[in-house]
This record gives sequence, structure tokens and C-alpha cells, in this order.
Amino acid sequence: MLNPDDITALWITLRLASITTVILLLLGTPLAWWLAHTRSSFKPAVDAIVTLPLILPPTVLGFYLLLALGPKGPIGRLVEFAGGQPLAFTFSGLVIGSVVYSFPFVVKPLQDAFASIGRRPLEVAATLRASPADRFFTVVLPLARPGYLTAVVLGFAHTLGEFGVVLMIGGNIPGATQVLSISIYDHVEMLEYGQAHLLSAILLILSFLLLLSVYILNRRLHILRT
Amino acid sequence: MTALISARVALNREAFSLDVDINIPASGITVLFGPSGAGKTTLLRSIAGLERCSGKISVAGNVWQDATRFLPPHERALGYVFQESSLFEHLSVRGNLEYGYKRVAPENRIVDFDQAVKLLGLTKLLSRRATQLSAGERKRAAIARALLCSPTLLLMDEPLSSLDQLHRKELMPFLENLRDQLSIPIIYVSHSPDEVARLASHLLLIEHGKVLAAGPVNDILTRFDLPLAHDFDASAIIETQPGGYDSRFDLTPLDFDGGSLLVPGNIQSNDSSLRVRVLARDVSLTLERQSNTSILNILTARIVEISADNSAQMLIKLDANGTIMLARVTRKSATALGLQPGTHVFAQVKTVALLSA
Repeated sequence: MLNPDDITALWITLRLASITTVILLLLGTPLAWWLAHTRSSFKPAVDAIVTLPLILPPTVLGFYLLLALGPKGPIGRLVEFAGGQPLAFTFSGLVIGSVVYSFPFVVKPLQDAFASIGRRPLEVAATLRASPADRFFTVVLPLARPGYLTAVVLGFAHTLGEFGVVLMIGGNIPGATQVLSISIYDHVEMLEYGQAHLLSAILLILSFLLLLSVYILNRRLHILRT
Repeated sequence: MTALISARVALNREAFSLDVDINIPASGITVLFGPSGAGKTTLLRSIAGLERCSGKISVAGNVWQDATRFLPPHERALGYVFQESSLFEHLSVRGNLEYGYKRVAPENRIVDFDQAVKLLGLTKLLSRRATQLSAGERKRAAIARALLCSPTLLLMDEPLSSLDQLHRKELMPFLENLRDQLSIPIIYVSHSPDEVARLASHLLLIEHGKVLAAGPVNDILTRFDLPLAHDFDASAIIETQPGGYDSRFDLTPLDFDGGSLLVPGNIQSNDSSLRVRVLARDVSLTLERQSNTSILNILTARIVEISADNSAQMLIKLDANGTIMLARVTRKSATALGLQPGTHVFAQVKTVALLSA
């Protein structure tokens, strides 16, 4: 069965994915909103940057993050200036890396959801006395629910399967930064195929169930509305 | 006319500019009439604060916008009915109606929830989803929703244009009820002469972002310097009161200052006046009262103004004891009869269209 190190890795993985998803929702919502509505000439550039992690090799991403987070990198210096510990090879560093790595998987579904809502429902709400914040919570959030569902599950699942970036910036410290995907790699390296099978199956089933739930829930939302 | 709304609005876009200075009366329906692209919707959106413009807008003594301040739409006491019904699809009909209602403090509410539901015939639809309604029902829900935020001014952007003929007919009486039963002034954007004839108490003509003319509906309809009087369907609107029903011939007289017009059927009106439309081409003129004619409706009138409509026809403005009407006759007849301003004539009205039912 699972040895204690594997259970810890599973726990770290789930914790990493959850925290990353929450941060992504908080950061992704305003950015996706801006991207969906702006007419700024910066939009294509921002669009491209947001989508970049989708196509960039994780090692490239990880390499730059390692430099940025390290004691001599801009983020590392900032953290040090604020009195914190260097972020490379820590769980916090992993969270930052995961946020960057999974960024498009959260921003894009939200952006599409916001764009498909359009401005009209917001204008209607404004003429019905709803303030901007009120409009967001009573009109945008409910209407963008399928988009949020997709964003949450994709962001979470994509972080679960993260490998290259974690390896570059998190190292492989059992109990601190060792996540499931890296445990699997280690088991295979050591020819512990049984353990590798077990962990792989856990990731496979978890990811499948997550995606299945999105599609079922989105269909139900759709049926409910028509 | 007491001006309730005064708006001076200027706005410049790439291919379009709007520059108007208007006063809108405190009651009835003011129709903004003009061709597509004239700036009607932009003007309406500017009044609502959905479009940024420069100028000054004040409604019932409250300044919504001037050089130093700009009230955002949600702080303006207005109701807005968009061209598409735009109901919130995540809410039931009741949820939609309550959305604005709940956001108005109880002491500021002037429209009762049940009253609005009843007025727009939504009682049986409250628990439905927005997506389960017909186009006409959706529109009614959108109107009720706007009313329920107790507006001092109701803005309606072509509420009938997205509907088919059948739903248009279905909705018209509801709009008339709105005009007659609530004291909320309405600005109504339209490019349909039929809607003008049925609904407008005031008319504001807009073209190329400028106001062409403004005034009581019949004044504007019968002004020779404006395009409506030269339309094929040029007509006059007369407000009448039904008199005693003649059961022998199944006719009801509709009385007004200039006389009486007989129309078929037993017509009753409990409170409001009945509106009729008389087309210029349905009115012929004689110098003496005809006795041996099948035409029942003959009014005495005085010619006020004559204008050439085209090379063959003349347009004649008549004053029947204060009520202005139009007649279209051939130039040949006008010459033969020696028609001139001041001439007393008998206007034979062939057809009278009853507009309110």
C-alpha cells in the first residue's frame, strides 16, 4: 500500500492544487474581466503572456522562476527585503510556480465566460439600481458559473499533474516539496513499479473524476436554464 | 406643458455626433421618432447614463449630470426597457421583477408589486424561468421589471421592434394601460408611424443626431414643413369621447370639439378618451354640404394652409373648431373649387380608424 512518504506527497499535492486554485481565482477574475472587456491596444500582448505557460516547456518556465525566486532574483530580493526566507525550494515557491504554470487554465475559461455574458446584463442591472459590486455578485457570478466551474477544475487538475516546473523550483524534498508526480518518477527510477502504478492510478482516476464532474455539472446547469 | 426632463446632450463618435437640447413633458408618452441611425438610442442611453456625453440632464428637479457631476446609472431614478428583453436568465420571472424592486427603499416605492404584475398580465408566469416565456411575455416581464424600480422616468427603446406582428398586437394594449393608468412619464424610441399614432402624446423628431421638431403629436403630424405630413399615410390624431350607442344601425358617435364621427359597433370607454386616426387621403372636401351621399361623417372646417404635395396633389390643413386635420385632394379639384386659406369647407371623412381598443 501507500508508504508514509507517498501519503505526504499526496497531501502536499492536494494542498498545493487547492491553494493555487484559490489564488488563481482571485488573480484571474479581474484579469479575465479586463481581457474580456478592454479595447486597449495592450490586450493582444497581455493575451499572449497569459497564454504563454500553455505552450512553453515547463523547464523553461521553471528555469526563469528559479532565477526570479532565488536569493539574487527580483522576487527573491523583494521577499528578502520584506524579511522573508528565499522562496526557491520551499512550498511557497511551489505555489508561485504553480500559479504561473496553471494561469491560462483559469483565466481563459473565465475570460470566455465573461465575454459571452456581454455588457447588456450589467447595463440592465445598473438601470435596476445595482451598484458595480452588487452587479458582479448578483449577475456576473451566477451567469459565469459554468466558466468558474471549468476554471476551478482545470486549474486544480492541471496543478495536480505539474512536473517540470516543480522539479526546477521545488527540488524534491520529501515532506516539503515532493509532490505526487515526482514521487511517481522516483518510484520508476528505483524500479518500484507497484508503487508507481498505485500513485499513477490515483492521479488518473482523480483527474478523470474531476473532468467528469465539470461536464456533468455544466450539462445540468445548461438543462436547468432551458 | 410642464417640462419634467430637460436634457442638453452632446456627444461625438467617429462617424456620428449627437447634439440636442430637449424638454420633455411630465406626463404621457414622448416618442423619439426618426430613421435608424438618427441617434435615438444613443440619446436614450445618454439620459440613462449608459453613454458618456457632455451636457446637462435634469429630471424632476434632480440634476443627473452637468459640468461637474455625473450620476452613474444605478443612482438615477429611471426605468429602462431595452430593445431585446434582456431578462436575467439565471432568475425566475419573479426573481427578475424583484431585482430592481428590492433595491428601492420601501418608502420610495411608487409602484406596487402586485399592481405591476397585474397591469402586465404576469400573474400566472411568476414562477417560470425567463427562457420559458414567449417573446411577448418576456417583453412584458422586462417592462414590469423596469416599472418596479419606481422610476420618475421610464425609458423604452423600441420595445416592439423585436416582436412579430402578433406579439406586437398583444403588447399594445399593455402599453396603452401604462400610459393611461400610471403617472410615470415615458420616453419611447420608435421608427414606426403606427406606434406614434397609437401611443404618442408628444413627438420628438430626430435626424442625423439633431432635433428636427418637438411638440404635441397632432401638431407635429400635421406640420407641412415636416416629413410626416407628406407621408403616404399622412394623418391626424383626434382624441374623442364616445356618445350614445345607436343600436338600430349599430353605430357609436365619437364626439370631439370639431363635431362627431360615427363608427361601427358599440364602443364604450370607462375613463380615458378614445383616439382615432384620420388619414389625409380618406378626407375629401366639398363647398356645400352633400345630402345625397353615402358618407356619414361630414365635418365643417376652415382651411388653414395649403401646400403642394406633389405635382398632382395638394395637401390641405383644416381647422375643425380647434381640431387640426389633413385632407389630400388633387390639384385639379383644388383649382376647380377655388380652395384657399380661409375657405369654409365640408370635410367628408370616408374612414375612421379607432386606435385604442
